Amino acid sequence: MELYITELSKYIITFFIALYTLECFLVFRFQEEERRKGIYIRQNFLMFLVHFSCFLVICFETGKMEYLLFYILQQILLFAAIMLFRMIYPRGNRLIINNMCMLLSIGFVILSRLSYERAIKQFFIVTVSLIMSMMIPYFIHKLKFLKSLTWVYAGVGIAALGVVLILGSVTYGSKISYSIGGVTFQPSEFVKIIFVFFLASALSESHDFIRVAVTAVLAGVHVLILVASKDLGSALIFFIVYVMMVFIATGQWVYLFIGVAGGSAAAVAAYQLFSHVQVRVQAWKDPFSCIDAAGFQITQSLFGISSGGWFGLGLFRGNPTAIPLVEADFVFSAVAEELGIIFSMCLILICLSCFIMFMNIAIKLQNEFYRLIAFGIGITYIFQVFLTIGGGTKFIPMTGVTLPFISYGGSSILTSLIMFFIIEGLYIIRQDEGDRRARKKKKQRRIKHETEPDEEAEEAEAGEDEEEEE
Amino acid sequence: MKKLKRLKQEKMRKKRNRQILVVTYLFVAVFLCMMGYTCHYAITHQQELINNSYNSRQEILVAQNTRGSIYAAGRQVLARTQTDEDGKETREYPYGNMFSHVVGYSVNGRYGIEASTNYYLINSNAKLSEKVANDVAGLKYPGDNVVTTLDVDLQQIAYDSLGIYKGAVIVTEPSTGRILAMVSKPDFDPNEIETIWDELLEDQESGVLLNRVTQGLYPPGSTFKIVTALEYIRENPDSYSQYTYQCNGRFSLGEETINCYHGTVHGYEDFSKSFAKSCNASFANIGMQLDRSRFADTLESLLFNQELKVGFAYNQSKLVIDENTEDADMMQAAIGQGTTAVTPLQMNMITCAIANDGMLMKPYLVDHVETHEGNVIKQFDSTTYTRMMSEKEAGIMKELMQEVVKSGTGTKLSGASYTAAGKTGSAEYNSVKTDSHAWFTGFAPVENPELCVTIIIEGAGSGGDYAVPIARRIFDAYFE
Repeated sequence: MELYITELSKYIITFFIALYTLECFLVFRFQEEERRKGIYIRQNFLMFLVHFSCFLVICFETGKMEYLLFYILQQILLFAAIMLFRMIYPRGNRLIINNMCMLLSIGFVILSRLSYERAIKQFFIVTVSLIMSMMIPYFIHKLKFLKSLTWVYAGVGIAALGVVLILGSVTYGSKISYSIGGVTFQPSEFVKIIFVFFLASALSESHDFIRVAVTAVLAGVHVLILVASKDLGSALIFFIVYVMMVFIATGQWVYLFIGVAGGSAAAVAAYQLFSHVQVRVQAWKDPFSCIDAAGFQITQSLFGISSGGWFGLGLFRGNPTAIPLVEADFVFSAVAEELGIIFSMCLILICLSCFIMFMNIAIKLQNEFYRLIAFGIGITYIFQVFLTIGGGTKFIPMTGVTLPFISYGGSSILTSLIMFFIIEGLYIIRQDEGDRRARKKKKQRRIKHETEPDEEAEEAEAGEDEEEEE
Repeated sequence: MKKLKRLKQEKMRKKRNRQILVVTYLFVAVFLCMMGYTCHYAITHQQELINNSYNSRQEILVAQNTRGSIYAAGRQVLARTQTDEDGKETREYPYGNMFSHVVGYSVNGRYGIEASTNYYLINSNAKLSEKVANDVAGLKYPGDNVVTTLDVDLQQIAYDSLGIYKGAVIVTEPSTGRILAMVSKPDFDPNEIETIWDELLEDQESGVLLNRVTQGLYPPGSTFKIVTALEYIRENPDSYSQYTYQCNGRFSLGEETINCYHGTVHGYEDFSKSFAKSCNASFANIGMQLDRSRFADTLESLLFNQELKVGFAYNQSKLVIDENTEDADMMQAAIGQGTTAVTPLQMNMITCAIANDGMLMKPYLVDHVETHEGNVIKQFDSTTYTRMMSEKEAGIMKELMQEVVKSGTGTKLSGASYTAAGKTGSAEYNSVKTDSHAWFTGFAPVENPELCVTIIIEGAGSGGDYAVPIARRIFDAYFE
């Protein structure tokens, strides 16, 4: 009986997630949130089916009823999150919320499979974080002084990273966390957001050469502290975010080229200087030659990914726990092994759909500060996804960062939620902008109608162009 | 004025938004590459990764499925797993020592077909309903079975013919590349592998665990004259038949002297007779006339010094010739002595290509994989490997090799109901004594080759006296 359920559910789960993913991209066919409603409701339904099917399998495979209870709690939490968000922010973007909940539910499923205790812990973290971050869109919307805190952001960010470097505890060779009252923090996660705010506010005020140079120095301090803490993944994220944001703020291709060239030079230098970088590159180039040591993690991850095939081995049918750190850095491999390659590709596409929506929002924002924040957070998010999945699949060297919403870890979850809700706040701001413009246009039109009827046509044309591009 | 400024701003904004779009597309493109790479890697490396000894997923499959059986082409069981009442599993090899190297073993590591098809044997594609029934009954799922290309009768003859000698026999079908028999001696009983394991490991000298067919590196002796002759034909396509030589039993150049086998004086000979009589002096003479860099090209076309695309463990055959090769070494190489080292598999592949009009078919051992109910899961078809020589060159080589049987060193194969062709060799492997390995590589019938055999008997003596009779027994059994 379990066998029928497991075997059949593999195909059903894959089918549902594929449909969900398809809907993620169909959303972009429509401009207005109103017309996307049908898609969102179908998504919620599919999300429920995937989540339910997965837990059905887990219950059958383990024969333990506590999983059923746990599932119901999760379902309530996710349902509440979606409904509450709709009630509090009727003008919010529902694709982002849906994707967030979809990813969270995948995270719950795979963590429940890997370690029940950790899944429970994760559940509490998510609950608390959701409550905390639910307020963020409101603050983003209301707090106008956020734009003027430029140097405060830089100061806080550098201080937080510096404290870890000096006082932090060493985990897996990197100094990345410290504990306050039994709660372990990984400040680099939160500083990522502060860093984006710093750059957005500094570069929206002015983006002449001097300003770029000053921000370069401060960004460099961030990156160097992270390199000193041996947190290479985060250092890389900060660097890429900086280069990309300067490029978009200035609109100058030359900054992008300088950034890429500088980054490459730095990478070569790091390779020459640090043995731990060499080890990682070696483990990427030929992990099987050092399978006992540096290549162990990556080869175990590859074993996992390849053993699942298109539809996966089925939950509890594989051996993902053989991969060290599977619930944090290599959670993607566990998903691929037990839920299948197609499922994991859908997972990547869902992340990509979030990113495209972020960029879409950035493009439509009028205010430069908000535009840069939306863009910066989008890059932070997608680049982190790239590092963790690329590292686990041997596409790029391993850097050891988490997969947002799916990996186990409080700092990672809270940061990801904050990022997504900031974007929601920006989306609401954008709609306000749109309303204001519409009102203004209407008003202008009324005035023009009385004076110069010729110009009206011109204005309308410009408006059309803009829409096309969007 | 105000409006102009607004329009300008609008334009700037659009430009920058285009840059955001560029960045978006860039990331989307990178992600698509990553997804393509991941799918490709995961699917193409699946087998290789599951066979890795560091992969613990193997144990899950082993615990879940009963290891499948290995069959000969005629459906005889070569290996199977028996489960007793207590659920204890024993791997049985009904033919004992006969298939020891080619089928291999699956405890204390894996070897042979047991190793190369491990992925299939430990997986089960049994029907879902059957798996459920087994679940209910508390039984493991039946693993998939492997059906090989091996012919039990040919294997038996080859195995018996080698007798107590150390050596190797390989029998293949030149038009397809199917390996019909593969015998290596000394051998072992895979049923006893656990008890004799330590003994086998201690016994470094005789190399019992080595599959001499694919891994044994031997001096090819006169069988290598196939290669030398081919190179001479390539360099002299119009005039090779006009070659003549007066053999007085030895060929000297400087201080180096090449003697004919047992000092035989062959007298006046043309190209065909030099080959048929396997005249060392004449071939040393031919060797000295060859262009060494072109010789290197020919070696490459015959797959020397390179990795082979075959599905089993092997050693590379080695002979490096280039412009800097010394005359003395060149003379030795021309008659298959010196540093030359080849596997019987390599000689067999060259012979197969000659038999198959120059085209080498990829040698293979596994015909297909099926479920325990006989539904085919994967079929391994015969595929071309490479064109070793032109059809014309293969035709000339065939004639030369047929002459060996008619009037040369392989006359023990003449007078049969079928026609045969081949080349003998007596490879000296000891610089002090005159002991030699007996070689024969050849095929039959000449008109439409069905079998290609390569035989080496270590330290037996001359190829014509010891190896050719084994070929005859194999051919006789097959054709009569």
